[in-house]
Amino acid sequence: MMDKRNEMRLQFLSKSQNESFARAAVAAFAAQLDPTLEEIADIKTAVSEAVTNAIIHGYERADQFVEIITRVYNYSVVIEVIDQGKGIDDVELARQPLYTSKPELERSGMGFTVMETFMDSIEVATGPGQGTKIKMTKHIKNNEGEMGKS
Amino acid sequence: MQIFSKRNKDILIITLEGELDHHHAKGVRQALDRMLEDTSIRYLVLDLSGLCFMDSSGIGVFIGRYKVIKKRDGQTCIAGVNSQLDKILEVSGLYNILKAYDNVEEAINGIRGVA
Repeated sequence: MMDKRNEMRLQFLSKSQNESFARAAVAAFAAQLDPTLEEIADIKTAVSEAVTNAIIHGYERADQFVEIITRVYNYSVVIEVIDQGKGIDDVELARQPLYTSKPELERSGMGFTVMETFMDSIEVATGPGQGTKIKMTKHIKNNEGEMGKS
Repeated sequence: MQIFSKRNKDILIITLEGELDHHHAKGVRQALDRMLEDTSIRYLVLDLSGLCFMDSSGIGVFIGRYKVIKKRDGQTCIAGVNSQLDKILEVSGLYNILKAYDNVEEAINGIRGVA
């Protein structure tokens, strides 16, 4: 059983300018696990993908809230990115590399592939009209920092 | 996000500085497309050395401009890739279509066929 060491919750409007705030906030919180620069970059990239998905696919409007819950354990960080938007009809299709439901926006269709590559595990809970929750876990290999000692 | 441009004959050199995400992708796309309206441009060099963050939104921007240049029988190159960018470029398969150089000078030499 993992021992939860700390937790933070964040809510912000589904505006695209909040994407940088969201990834910076999660990275700053995860920094207490003393991750490497590469691990921090991985977390920022994955959070950016999940938040962008919530904003452009989940809501398609800028006046709703995206929520992020971040929990740190001794050797891992678990991040949930949650929207109450329209949900994903076909998750398997959405997770296919290069698939995008919005080619007109020049989306690359690599969002889920990036999340899967940069994080150690990813779970998607969604359904039409039910919003989407993306839960991502990253193991922090070199954590012998303050959290490990406490 | 800042965009700087330079011309070297038929080569357009674009330097991107800052963070390229979904929020900034539209502005970058529009700025590049305006510059690429000049059909004498056959080669595009994207200098990424000042880019401190990029997610898959940047991949879409690069692929879109690659298609424009490809229609002109030209070539799109990237230069100055850091380790975070390297990972996302690798995952997305972009190295299969964009030639990568250490810096802009090497990219120009590569395009001109200078050893």
